[in-house]
Amino acid sequence: MNATNTQLKQHPVAPREAEQTELHPQLNRAHVRFIGLGKTYRGDQGPVDALQGIDLAIQHGEVFGIIGRSGAGKSSLIRTINRLEQPTSGRVLIDQVDIGTFDEDRLVQLRRRVGMIFQHFNLMSAKTVWQNVELPLKVAGVPKEQRQRKVRELLELVGLQGKHEAYPAQLSGGQKQRVGIARALVHDPQILLCDEATSALDPETTQSILSLLREINQRLGLTIVLITHEMAVIREVCDRVVVLEQGRIVEQGPVWEVFGNPQHEVSRTLLAPLQHALPNELHKRLRPQPTSADAATVLRLHFTGRSGDEPDLAALFSALGGRVRLLHGGIESIQGHGLGQLLLAVSGSSLGAEQLRNRAGDWAQRVEVLGYVV
Amino acid sequence: MWFDRLLQGFIDTFLMVGVSSLIALLAGIPLAVILVTSGKGGIYEAPALNKALGGFVNLFRSIPFLILMVALIPFTRLIVGTTYGVWAAVVPLTIAATPFFARIAEVSLREVDHGLIEAAQAMGCRRWHIVWHVLLPEALPGIVGGFTITLVTMINSSAMAGAIGAGGLGDIAYRYGYQRFDSQVMLTVIVLLVALVAVIQLGGDRLARGLNKR
Repeated sequence: MNATNTQLKQHPVAPREAEQTELHPQLNRAHVRFIGLGKTYRGDQGPVDALQGIDLAIQHGEVFGIIGRSGAGKSSLIRTINRLEQPTSGRVLIDQVDIGTFDEDRLVQLRRRVGMIFQHFNLMSAKTVWQNVELPLKVAGVPKEQRQRKVRELLELVGLQGKHEAYPAQLSGGQKQRVGIARALVHDPQILLCDEATSALDPETTQSILSLLREINQRLGLTIVLITHEMAVIREVCDRVVVLEQGRIVEQGPVWEVFGNPQHEVSRTLLAPLQHALPNELHKRLRPQPTSADAATVLRLHFTGRSGDEPDLAALFSALGGRVRLLHGGIESIQGHGLGQLLLAVSGSSLGAEQLRNRAGDWAQRVEVLGYVV
Repeated sequence: MWFDRLLQGFIDTFLMVGVSSLIALLAGIPLAVILVTSGKGGIYEAPALNKALGGFVNLFRSIPFLILMVALIPFTRLIVGTTYGVWAAVVPLTIAATPFFARIAEVSLREVDHGLIEAAQAMGCRRWHIVWHVLLPEALPGIVGGFTITLVTMINSSAMAGAIGAGGLGDIAYRYGYQRFDSQVMLTVIVLLVALVAVIQLGGDRLARGLNKR
């Protein structure tokens, strides 16, 4: 299915990082900043560049998503924030402090301000739920009464009262991740790192964990940085997103913008599972040229959310004229922007394909003429 | 008289195995921790130390106990002042048991999921916290199982030590059972040894199972 005629409404591409620094002094208030970050591994077949020239600023209190295919460098990138991974070039600033030079003492202090949760939860199997959550406080030398208060408070926050004495093996995946979240928050961190935190969970549990993360972000005001390979996760919780490919940032912006109008091929590939494909049966009937006079023109209307409001169908249909059938489609709301697409078959209209496309362009941000069906 | 001799043999075996295994436990665990943490990608990475220690352990592991025991005679005399009796047997038994147990404990420690170490680092654990709060507790069921194997192996070796004058059940079986063809003594010793091994194995298995929360 080739997009034959595409009309792309122009919008300015986000300025590059270097320009942003001059344009936006708030970069100096960024919570986490990467400057020219690179990571090279020594592989068996020579050096492998896991990350190259990453420039990025993550603001206080935002939920920031990093997405990419496996091997894109997501894991390495998120691990430079608490220095589980040591970059080979560039700098990481947290609250304007370069963490690259920290000795073990300062690193331990830093890691207590940065919580982390993992894909496979990484709970201590020999410790109870309570002991797992208590461990970070214990090693920090927090007095017992204070520890008890804090652990109880957090287990309540994640909804695990009554599971204090259970061992991780007795819990479901979702419950294990809740323990992981409680453990990560026990030092009242300012940043929470989520390493594929929902990738090992079923869809329903994923939803509940994501809404818990949202709640924590809003209630505690902490910054969340998450990596995932699932666009659905980004859509659910993130404010902004970057797309990584082979260790480089290929696209970044507010989630609704990247979803509505993905610029890079990788972003489109990652988005594909979320988008409505052309029904197979229709695809077979589609012809590049009208085969008879009463053939219907098939249009695909993309709504990228840029205008902010949902399409007025009655006005759209009357502008197109003739008989307009809705073949497929849907609109969803992301960060208050209506995003999605509609597949329409227009027959008996006095307008040609090109005119239909232009008319529809008044409502949708991008219109394709896919072909003709009888 | 008869019974006294058997009881004394039992106590001697118990002492030899108990003391040497206890020392092996106390020395073997730190040895195993060093072997694991100094290895490649370990939290106290030190390749030279790791290699030296690994070679040392392998050296002692590869010498058959009977030969080790004889070769260590001058050393034993230096330590306990005699080469005869229970305490003289404790020296080679300990030296054989420690690397044996250390290797088994090392395997259990190595099996601790790397993700747990990463999680511990991420929560602000210092390196010794990781050893104490993560590596050892997570490997404990395996270490207990390994110690059980060590105990059983040491009962085996102590019988060999008995044959060259250390006393114990092995000595009784050798002198009365073998040299005097007293099959009744032989049988009694066998029953005692089987019972001892069974009790240790059962107890160890039960303890390891109880500790395993996975």
